[in-house]
Amino acid sequence: MHELAITEGVVDAVLERLPGQRVTCVKLEIGALSGIVPDSVRFCFDLVTEGTSLEGAKLEIAQPPAVCHCRICVSDFEPVGPFAICPCGSADVTVLAGEELKITSVRVA
Amino acid sequence: MCGTCGCSADALITLLPAPEPVPASAVHAGPQATGPGETSADHVHTHVTAGNHAHGPHEHVHDHSGAGHDFRHLVPDSPESGRTIRLQQKVLAKNDELAAASRQWLRDRGILAVNLMSSPGSGKTTLLARTISELAGNMSVSVIEGDQETVLDAARIQAAGGRAVQINTGTGCHLDAEMVARGLVGLDPPSGSVVVIENVGNLVCPALFDLGEAAKVVLACVTEGADKPLKYPHMFRQADLVLLNKIDLLPYVDFDVRQYCSDLRRVARDVMLLQLSATTGEGMQAWYDWLRQRVLPPPA
Repeated sequence: MHELAITEGVVDAVLERLPGQRVTCVKLEIGALSGIVPDSVRFCFDLVTEGTSLEGAKLEIAQPPAVCHCRICVSDFEPVGPFAICPCGSADVTVLAGEELKITSVRVA
Repeated sequence: MCGTCGCSADALITLLPAPEPVPASAVHAGPQATGPGETSADHVHTHVTAGNHAHGPHEHVHDHSGAGHDFRHLVPDSPESGRTIRLQQKVLAKNDELAAASRQWLRDRGILAVNLMSSPGSGKTTLLARTISELAGNMSVSVIEGDQETVLDAARIQAAGGRAVQINTGTGCHLDAEMVARGLVGLDPPSGSVVVIENVGNLVCPALFDLGEAAKVVLACVTEGADKPLKYPHMFRQADLVLLNKIDLLPYVDFDVRQYCSDLRRVARDVMLLQLSATTGEGMQAWYDWLRQRVLPPPA
């Protein structure tokens, strides 16, 4: 359940950056290859924000798709599931996108 | 989590020095704790402050020229609204920054740190106890032990002649950079030595947290099934080395080593794989050679 620690990290970072400000919305980016389950973060968010200036804030999660580049057939592709395997069968790939795990913005009252 | 500085202060760190058995002393005071330079009277813990990273009561001083620094400054979306604030901040920025400080601290002292991860029961502690006793006199290996509860693993390392610090994460399912930084201060490893960070037995959560290690090693074993690389690709994708343990049991279990290698290559194309048995000692030499090739020279 690392999503709890991740959600605590989000709330701590926002509290540190915006001390005392009433936060009404938090926007996150959680990539398809980040290893984080967005629904678990949603579940933890209300628990973790309770009693803080983020309590009751809306949580919006964007989920950028994974994009990989195959060095064998020299093309970009979106992998299926968590495996970075090119449709040509090659595993010689670099991950271009999908590992994002960041707070993009917050909205304050 | 520590209410003062946001560290995971509910982790308890216990130092078990070796070889003389001495009573375990608790390094961390628990949920009330604070770091050096902090003013709260009942708050006692230590931060690794290498790498232009100073920790005061609640100010952070950072070297903003550092590569990979991901704290951006607040940029209002537009002067008109002034209500949406762009942060573009990595969620794990604080962990990653502490890990970078530990990495520099270790490099400055000529210490090789390895993050050892596996599922529970794969033989991490058995591997380390054998490594410590067989390399005694040639290589100094100390251990940061991560477990939810008990000091049993640290006691096993101590019995093998190694120095160990035990971190109990309580409900936590992984070690983070803050816990390891405090563990390093408690352990105080000598220059030219190896520190193995034995992570909490778990193939999911530890994959996300940089601890400041020089290499990630995943320990698998033939009794846990050959499908682990495909089931836990995040863990295996990041590994620098995979050790396949308990090969002495291959005649008794249904484990296809060739299939395992092929599946491992699907998620981690270039990772090195060594097969060994920490119980019989078979294949251990290659693991020792891997360590020897990476040990840092003590600083001049």
